[in-house]
Amino acid sequence: MHMADALLSPAVGGVFWAASAGAIAFCAKRVQRSLDDRKVPLMAVLGAFIFAAQMINFTIPATGSSGHLGGGMILAILLGPSAAFLTIASVLTVQALFFADGGLLALGCNIFNLGVFPCFLAYPLIYRPIAGDGASPLRLGLGATLAAIVGLQLGALGVVFETIASGISELPVNAFVWAMLPIHLAIGLVEGLVTTAVVASVRKARPEILAAAAASRPLGSLSLGRVLAGLGVAALITGGALSWFASASPDGLEWSMARASGKEELAAPEQGLHSWLARLQEKVAILPDYAFRTNSSTPAAGEEATPSWPAVDAGTTASGLVGGGLTMLLAAALGLVFRRRTPLR
Amino acid sequence: MSHHIVEVLDLIHTYGDGTAAVRGISFRIHHGESVAVVGANGAGKSTLLLHLNGSLTPQGGSVRIGDFPLTRETLPEIRRTVGMIFQDPDDQLFMPTVAEDVAFGPLNLGLPPGEVEQRVTRALDRVGVEHLRDRPPHRLSGGEKRAVSIATVLAMSPDILVLDEPSSNLDPRARRLLIELLAGFQHTKIIATHDLDLVLDLCPRTIVLKEGRIMADGPTGAIFDDDQLLADCHLEQPLRLQACPRCGRKQA
Amino acid sequence: MARIDSAFADLAALDTLAALDSPVHRLDPRVKVLTALVFVVCVVSFDKYVLAAMAPFALFLSLVMAVAGIPAGYVLRRVALVAPFAMLVGLFNPLLDQQPQFFLGPITVSGGWLSFGSILLRFGLTVAAMLVLVAVTGFHAVCLGLERMGMPRIFAVQLLLLYRYMFVLVEEGQRMHRARSLRSFQGRGLGMRIFGHLIAGLLLRTLDRAQRVHMAMLCRGFDGTIRLRRDMRLTLRDLLLFLLVCLLLLALRRYDCAQLLGRLFMGS
Repeated sequence: MHMADALLSPAVGGVFWAASAGAIAFCAKRVQRSLDDRKVPLMAVLGAFIFAAQMINFTIPATGSSGHLGGGMILAILLGPSAAFLTIASVLTVQALFFADGGLLALGCNIFNLGVFPCFLAYPLIYRPIAGDGASPLRLGLGATLAAIVGLQLGALGVVFETIASGISELPVNAFVWAMLPIHLAIGLVEGLVTTAVVASVRKARPEILAAAAASRPLGSLSLGRVLAGLGVAALITGGALSWFASASPDGLEWSMARASGKEELAAPEQGLHSWLARLQEKVAILPDYAFRTNSSTPAAGEEATPSWPAVDAGTTASGLVGGGLTMLLAAALGLVFRRRTPLR
Repeated sequence: MSHHIVEVLDLIHTYGDGTAAVRGISFRIHHGESVAVVGANGAGKSTLLLHLNGSLTPQGGSVRIGDFPLTRETLPEIRRTVGMIFQDPDDQLFMPTVAEDVAFGPLNLGLPPGEVEQRVTRALDRVGVEHLRDRPPHRLSGGEKRAVSIATVLAMSPDILVLDEPSSNLDPRARRLLIELLAGFQHTKIIATHDLDLVLDLCPRTIVLKEGRIMADGPTGAIFDDDQLLADCHLEQPLRLQACPRCGRKQA
Repeated sequence: MARIDSAFADLAALDTLAALDSPVHRLDPRVKVLTALVFVVCVVSFDKYVLAAMAPFALFLSLVMAVAGIPAGYVLRRVALVAPFAMLVGLFNPLLDQQPQFFLGPITVSGGWLSFGSILLRFGLTVAAMLVLVAVTGFHAVCLGLERMGMPRIFAVQLLLLYRYMFVLVEEGQRMHRARSLRSFQGRGLGMRIFGHLIAGLLLRTLDRAQRVHMAMLCRGFDGTIRLRRDMRLTLRDLLLFLLVCLLLLALRRYDCAQLLGRLFMGS
């Protein structure tokens, strides 16, 4: 599902834009250097194919509801991660500009959620090891389905993270997560099955395409071990952040009540983690003038400014800054891991 | 002088799946000639044409354009000399506007911007679509697309024009305009087509293909008089030769 | 399906609007892209209970539309057409946040409703801003402008080519969809297996087309880099206008003009 501007704060949006823009620049260089000029029309036409394919729905067995193809996995398998990422990014851009699917600011988040996770995580780390060159239909199916599921789950988590970190929506983390994940599990399963069917057909009709894609090395000269190490760090950071959110932001109703009663700060169940993060907040000031987000000086017309508003701001400011900072660390970590490679040929 | 002679010798092409599309074709086309290549579907017309500018590599035989044999090194020069117009205009109009599509070739040739501009204007004028300069290709009619694809090739100043089914999917008026346009070109023209009436209008010489081989190569009039040949190659006479133009009765 | 059909029909309308002429249309595309960005960031940066302070932004947008000749009905229709994930999520706000914020006579308005309204307004403004951007600039010019501002060239080319072939492929997809629905009855024939076959067929045809396009490019001298003609000139007037507009937007963000206006009216 797509992130929308309406739920996004500038800090979170800006951070993810930076990460996505960096990824686009990186992939652009890589595709440019790959010396395969067939990629240029291929990426565009396949992107258009995704548009067309998404127009056609199908009924999901046993539920009767209709589904659409996402296409990220198919692109990664046919084009390789960098070219597929650019294609996905371009499709999302056109969707944002013309179909208002997601927004201008949210585009960065969407490109990250729907591009980075399938192309740079699911494809190289799940699909390739399991399915290889797609010779065995069983391994192809397993690899594609697992990769699709994982990719979509991570994407869904991304949306949750961005929404909560922005603080516009009142949805409590737990409910949000437990709503998004199962839905995306089902979507991922369907996506994986359809991807398998399509890739198998292509393999039968035009085996040379898949052979060419399989011959490329998705991670360049990186070792699997280094990538996994980087991912481990990333997972720790993400996990820490989410658990802080889950524990530190209680149910929306309770939160409102706490505010009304004049409490200055949110309850901090884990003293150690909270104080460490609070100190981090002071150090990592992404937007130096946070007057943008505080509104104690400009209450909306016709409303009485409740005395506890600054407390709400401190809470959301902290979560926004910390979440943003952590995301930046994550993006930087990924960038570092992928940057240190020698160019092919 | 051998400039712009198209010479094909014993050309053989077999596709990856084993289909032998061209099985030994030889001919020679001189500067300024206008030659039609006709035959049933699958006779090898498109395959043959694709060899003329190096889009396909033969398994046997050779192609020679003017002074240059077709090799990897001479490919750029040959692509400048031989302009190819494909069957589906959507495959050739890939830039955001008509003007940019026409400019694509000259820009790739490395010409300075002023010269590119001139060529674009001249090509658009020649084909009569100057008013469509800023139009995106998906908003053009079939006939307009066809005209623009010709302009994109003209802008590179080729000496030889190769066209694959130029009149397909055109309404009668667009078709007539196309025929008039092509009639005005001094270039060597090689046209693969099913439209035998167009052949009568434009091409004094015809090559008939069947299953990858040349069955006839000669004056158009003589070929269309040879009923046996036409039947063998799964062809018919051009529509306007089939019945009396006045009373409509079919000729014996 | 119907949604995308009508959205595609509307795309042609966007193209037509972009081809109009007005002072706004004549501005440099880079100026317009950056203005849209500033607009969106301002709107999105409002705190979650803010509603009325966003109104001046709506006014700004409608002013731009008026000068540029963009019909408001078209924009509103497009905004309404999108089925927003945001609305769904936003609907939870009134349920979860019941803290009363102020009283409209006998009616109590809770914080949840305020933030929901804020979400709706945010949504409308940001979506409308993007539509207006494309309507007054044209997709082509937006891409070129972004490329001039540092977007990687290969991505700009990708966007332009994608836009070009979108129409071709969607038409193919439409034909396929129609063919399938003509031969399916009572929901049979719409399952995943058939879908898989259809999509695989479309994909193979797509790959063939990619090959033909590539060949056509090679025939015209393509060597791996697509050269774009970028004739854009940034005039002093464009720059000054941009600075003025940015200041205006920032001022609207900083000072709650709606409230000022209200106070003026009520004489307090």
